[in-house]
Amino acid sequence: MSKNNHEFLITRKNNHYEVVIGLEVHAQIKSNSKLFSSSSTKFGAEPNTQVSLVDAAFPGMLPVINEFCVKQAIKTGIGLKAKINNKSVFDRKNYFYADLPQGYQISQYKHPIVGEGKVILDMPYGQKEIGIERLHLEQDAGKSIHDIDPENTLVDLNRSGVALMEIVSKPDLSSPEEVNIYIKKLRSIMRYLGTCDGNMQEGSLRADVNVSVKKKGEEKLGTRCEIKNVNSIKFMQMAIIYEANRQVDLLEEEKTIDQETRLFDTKKNETRSMRSKEDAHDYRYFPDPDLLPLEVTNDFIDSIKLEIPELPDEKKKRFIEKFKLTPYEATILVSDIETSKYFEEVTNNSDIKLATNWITGELFALLNEKNLEISESPISSRNLSKLINLIKNGTISGKIAKTVFEIMTHEDKDPEAIVKEKDLKQESNPKELEKLIDKIINDNQDKVKEYKAGKDKLFGFFVGQIMKVSGGKANPKLVNEILKDKLSR
Amino acid sequence: MSEITSLTLTELVKNIKEKKLSSTEITKAFVERSQKSKELNTYITEDFSSAIEKAQKFDDKPNFDLKLPGIPIAVKDLFCTNGVRTTAGSKILNNFIPTYESTVTQNIWQQGAILLGKLNCDEFAMGSSNETSFFGNVQNPIDKNLVPGGSSGGSASALAANLTPVTIGTDTGGSIRQPASFTGTVGLKPTYGSCSRYGIVAFASSLDQAGPMSKNVKDCALLLEVMSSYDKKDSTSIDFNRSKYSLELNNNIKGKKIGIPKEYRVDDMPIEIEELWKKGIEHVKECGAELVDISLPHTNYALPTYYIVAPAEASSNLARYDGVKYGFRSHGENLIDMYEKTRSEGFGDEVKRRIMIGTYVLSSGYYDAYYLKAQKVRRLIKNDFDVVFNQVEAILTPSTPSSAFKIGEKTNDPISMYLNDIFTVPINLAGLPGISIPAGFDKNDYPLGLQIIGKAFDEQNILNIAYSIEEKINFKNKITDWWIK
Repeated sequence: MSKNNHEFLITRKNNHYEVVIGLEVHAQIKSNSKLFSSSSTKFGAEPNTQVSLVDAAFPGMLPVINEFCVKQAIKTGIGLKAKINNKSVFDRKNYFYADLPQGYQISQYKHPIVGEGKVILDMPYGQKEIGIERLHLEQDAGKSIHDIDPENTLVDLNRSGVALMEIVSKPDLSSPEEVNIYIKKLRSIMRYLGTCDGNMQEGSLRADVNVSVKKKGEEKLGTRCEIKNVNSIKFMQMAIIYEANRQVDLLEEEKTIDQETRLFDTKKNETRSMRSKEDAHDYRYFPDPDLLPLEVTNDFIDSIKLEIPELPDEKKKRFIEKFKLTPYEATILVSDIETSKYFEEVTNNSDIKLATNWITGELFALLNEKNLEISESPISSRNLSKLINLIKNGTISGKIAKTVFEIMTHEDKDPEAIVKEKDLKQESNPKELEKLIDKIINDNQDKVKEYKAGKDKLFGFFVGQIMKVSGGKANPKLVNEILKDKLSR
Repeated sequence: MSEITSLTLTELVKNIKEKKLSSTEITKAFVERSQKSKELNTYITEDFSSAIEKAQKFDDKPNFDLKLPGIPIAVKDLFCTNGVRTTAGSKILNNFIPTYESTVTQNIWQQGAILLGKLNCDEFAMGSSNETSFFGNVQNPIDKNLVPGGSSGGSASALAANLTPVTIGTDTGGSIRQPASFTGTVGLKPTYGSCSRYGIVAFASSLDQAGPMSKNVKDCALLLEVMSSYDKKDSTSIDFNRSKYSLELNNNIKGKKIGIPKEYRVDDMPIEIEELWKKGIEHVKECGAELVDISLPHTNYALPTYYIVAPAEASSNLARYDGVKYGFRSHGENLIDMYEKTRSEGFGDEVKRRIMIGTYVLSSGYYDAYYLKAQKVRRLIKNDFDVVFNQVEAILTPSTPSSAFKIGEKTNDPISMYLNDIFTVPINLAGLPGISIPAGFDKNDYPLGLQIIGKAFDEQNILNIAYSIEEKINFKNKITDWWIK
């Protein structure tokens, strides 16, 4: 493997191979009720407590589309700068499985609700556009549980009928890192829109990964394999690396790659064949006769457009222009909607440069360490902006600010109160400082002589002594000025 | 008591409202006659004691404002009834007791009707003779060993034998009209979307419609009025202005243009059917209607189209009967084995045949040639009707190409069985309303029916035409009560 600039290549002898990746992301729609029934979608409920007669496919039960889920899909489509189709069709995908009560999944096959769109990735080597092929609505299946009863498989239908968006990318991704950034960007957009919480641990976001390889520069795509149902970015990356290398090895041995569906074994870190093209299910798709084609008017779409918030790309642009942030800083601050909100709350009342540094520095380190989301931050945006103002107006030094910050992590207290209580206010009175400095000079006459003889480095020694005596409260900028003046006399 | 059971729905309602008869008297009369008529095998599940209790409750606190006050009614066993076993005529649902009520039955209970029991039908409504039922053949009261038609065979038989004053059936390709024709009764298939499909065991979703079956047109109008409603629980239910069919019923059809389609003059049609049709034409002429020769050029393709579309939908609709959640389950070594055994043992031959046809026509590589082509032809068939309905207001045809046949006569020849639906199937494909009314007899005194087809949502019109023909013909069923010892 080699990485020339941004190219992700797999090398064997003198052959360099490119990897071509397309993702089918299954994103659970954020909605209180299911796609075709009014059952709750809350995660973590007791098994089979959120199941209606429709979800369990009782005789004579009929699906009725949930308008909110349709709105959410359209909203996501708009976020992906995609074409919204005025007419889409629900089809039945027929197959038998114990956790699929109807014996078919209601999905959209030939006529999805959302057509072509795009997602922009911010890569270290610049921006890359990933094409979106389509987004369609479908129902989730239930869950088969194999490890509770030694004899039987148990079925939990709570998830049966939950609304999913399947977002299919074009085969535009060419490295595990791009997949990482793509998934994060997709998740960020959906979180901005409030259409999917993107929680991979709870299975709200999973993907089927299509991988093929081709010799560098070759136009024609290689035979692809689909790795089913991978539920973390790390596993996606591991699966891609394994699978691409497997395919390259086959080509190097002049063997053919079979188009097939594979599973990723997370324990062994390998993909294995699940079924070949010949064994592929014949899903016998046909339009669901229980549902009419879904028609949405342009007025309906326009009304949803009005609800679209500023999305990460636009926000980033604004942050760069308005706040003069670097693209790197802006990317970090907009990637998560809560972070961007926090940032804007802080900067509303305080210095932008300081706010940027404190949030991306101290605050992120703290959150990382405590494994917290920014929405759970122990320090409110209001208090952080106050702290920054204390630095800006010279009340405390940056160093003292770190002490105050540390106190604030235990208790979200007004930093002004902390400074007062702990007597941490910076000494900025020149007369008081002069007294301190004079004392240090007097006590260290020998060092003064050496300094004056040319040993410049000793300046730091004096500053250190002064700060020590002042308990860190002396205004470092003033100390510098006064000390320099006195020593040059 | 036999007098009570031979009364029409309209007469029974009148008697109850005038307090000449109580619900209990009426209900007991139908229960007693039903109990004497076991040989007909019309009931799959009887709910008699509960019916009498409900009747007594009604009499204690009668509400005469209802449209079906205290009237006992037995219904086809395809409607899910809360707390009462619902089998769809299949072993696979032999033990299934719903915890919910179909919208159509809910509508009739809300108007005061009382459930007598669940009536036999072809398994999952797949059949034209009631011979595919897991619960056995149904006898046609017209003659021993005669099929009552299907799939609403138990309903038609029970109605003709006076075991229920009216009944409700479902019609996917003729399952109300053909048995009505075979038993000398009236049966109407409403416009697709008129009666909710919620809670009806599905056969072919795009074709299934519930409808009324009765002894005369007036009863039919009244029952339809109660059954039909817009229902948000069925996405294919249509919100249109429903007429008060029984109140607006009239026999004035002067000047109405009625079409006679030449394509319904099929080869080998028995002469008596031809005669019946001619007689019907004379009657509507006498009533002042104007006859117009019309053409429905794609009629020939209706039956093959139907036998692709209906099995395709059925193969998917019946996938849910897998032994996992409810109904019959056979023991298997593993999941696939359990599926195979459950479905092999749980479904009958005709159902399996249609699941296989449906699975085949939807398979990749065959989908375009069969299912997609059939959908296109279906559109052409509908267009035929659209064109014709610019010229005429209704169409008059025979209901079936023959009278009722003997039990066992066609069971080994599915194609000849399927041909029974040749006049009724196009109407389902086009989603139109059609009514069959008894209009005469064949040489054996077996009843024959005429079908009137209307524009979508124009049930009132076909009811009115049927009403005027009924008046002219004054049909009387010839039933000897041969099964009552």
